[in-house]
Amino acid sequence: MNRLLLNKIILVLSTLSALTGIGFLFWILATLSYKGIVSIHWDTFTKDLVEGGIRNLLVGQFTMALIATAVAVPVGMMAGIYLREYGHGSRLASIIRNLSDVMMSAPSIVIGVFVYALLVDPFGGYNGWAGAVALAIMMIPIIISTTDNMLALVPQELREAGIALGGSKHKIILQIVIRAAKVGIMTGVLLSFARIIGETAPLLFTSANNQFFTMDMSEQFPSLTVSIYNLATYPDEASRELAWAASFILTVIVLCINLLGRFVIRNKK
Amino acid sequence: MSGKLFRNFSFISATLSFFLLVGIFAVLFSYAQEALHTFGFDFLWNEQWEPDEDDEGGVFGGYIPIVGTLLSTVLAMVLATPLAMGIAIFLTEIASEKVAKPVSVAIELLAAIPSIIYGMWGLFYFAPIVQAVFGGNGVGLLTAGIVLAIMIIPFMAAITRDSMNTTPAVLKESAYAMGATKFEVIKDVVMPYAKGGIIGSIILALGRALGETMAVAFLIGSVMSTVGKVTDPTTSIPVLLANNFAEAEDLEMSSMYFLALILFAISFAVISFAKFYFLGRKAK
Repeated sequence: MNRLLLNKIILVLSTLSALTGIGFLFWILATLSYKGIVSIHWDTFTKDLVEGGIRNLLVGQFTMALIATAVAVPVGMMAGIYLREYGHGSRLASIIRNLSDVMMSAPSIVIGVFVYALLVDPFGGYNGWAGAVALAIMMIPIIISTTDNMLALVPQELREAGIALGGSKHKIILQIVIRAAKVGIMTGVLLSFARIIGETAPLLFTSANNQFFTMDMSEQFPSLTVSIYNLATYPDEASRELAWAASFILTVIVLCINLLGRFVIRNKK
Repeated sequence: MSGKLFRNFSFISATLSFFLLVGIFAVLFSYAQEALHTFGFDFLWNEQWEPDEDDEGGVFGGYIPIVGTLLSTVLAMVLATPLAMGIAIFLTEIASEKVAKPVSVAIELLAAIPSIIYGMWGLFYFAPIVQAVFGGNGVGLLTAGIVLAIMIIPFMAAITRDSMNTTPAVLKESAYAMGATKFEVIKDVVMPYAKGGIIGSIILALGRALGETMAVAFLIGSVMSTVGKVTDPTTSIPVLLANNFAEAEDLEMSSMYFLALILFAISFAVISFAKFYFLGRKAK
């Protein structure tokens, strides 16, 4: 075949693939907006699931995600610090780095099953803590990887300047290196939060769901995503409408956090 | 906080990934013991999944969900790989920066949408189209495979784009100077240069498709039957776990842990293969 013609064909096909990708994004967003916005009422935000709203679900989902973040951020950051600042270049650090990357891609449902065996089965019932732990397990490897990568971008000269000033290693890490990498790490935290706030599978049999408002983490805990899964499969129209409203709100939240993350990076550059 | 304490805390945090990984294998393995002893490796070939009336025993085999997982993943990969490559080529070699930037962001946002949303959208808007075009009742292997493909495309495209972007401009320019067409530059310079990253991205996407639960739960049909046609409903390991785990008891429960162990082992193998052979992150 004529090579110029082949070139044209491939370029057209590539452009078409990009259009297809964008097309699906707009199709999904258009559907969500069209079905979601009309289903949102004042009651959606002020009433609990049992009365046809999602107030308790939003609070529950955010509570679990925030607790997961509070656990995952220090642990993940410290692990990232070890990999980059202490174990730098060692065989152990490279093994841990790879294992953490493997954990990042572990099937979320398997993490759900694991936490069920650990925190639900022995304690006699679904509970909010188990949900938060499952989300934290998903989040830690992401934070490790971003911290590790962001610390790698901090110029060696900064560390040397700290040493020249007579700073001890942990003081240099805390007061110079971490500060220099702050924005990047924050972006990583935002993006990983956006990822876990929309997770369903690890919550199915850890926190399960609760129709009522509760802040008691030791009982079944309200979850927005698990509720969407349940509501979408009920046959009645009202449940379905609520599922669309909840999906729309969840997507808006996730996309906003993502865009915020991007905005933070851009401001840095 | 003293330096030593700080260092120790960071070391313990770092080893956590290792203990989590080993812990998951150990826990799944120990809970799967009952099923392992009762069925042995016949579990892998047995198509039955039938609890007894009294709910304490029964015959369980993982053949249908295992095959369903593999088929839906393969289908998704076959559909997603060429499209993702096309998108990456468009972003790196065709589009001007003005176009590439917003398109890149849009593609990455597609990756951020929660999988439950893909599932709902797929069930109410995409399944009817599949039904109209291909027959069947809308939910089944084909619908699940297509929507899975849409989910992994942005992920694959983003990594491929990044590794294509690392091709030194001077290599491409020399090829252009010799009169190569754009496609020839992509095929003979960019692709070979970015090969490791591209294959790695494909395998990572495969790992993601293997473990995807919510979208597939809406779309695969969730029935314990083998597929004859591509539009037939079936089930997959994550979907079976999502739907039946909470109500299962004893031997059935143990069989589900066995399935979770199999899924984790497959995905562990796939991802480590990608990591160690293609995406080796060198210490900078």
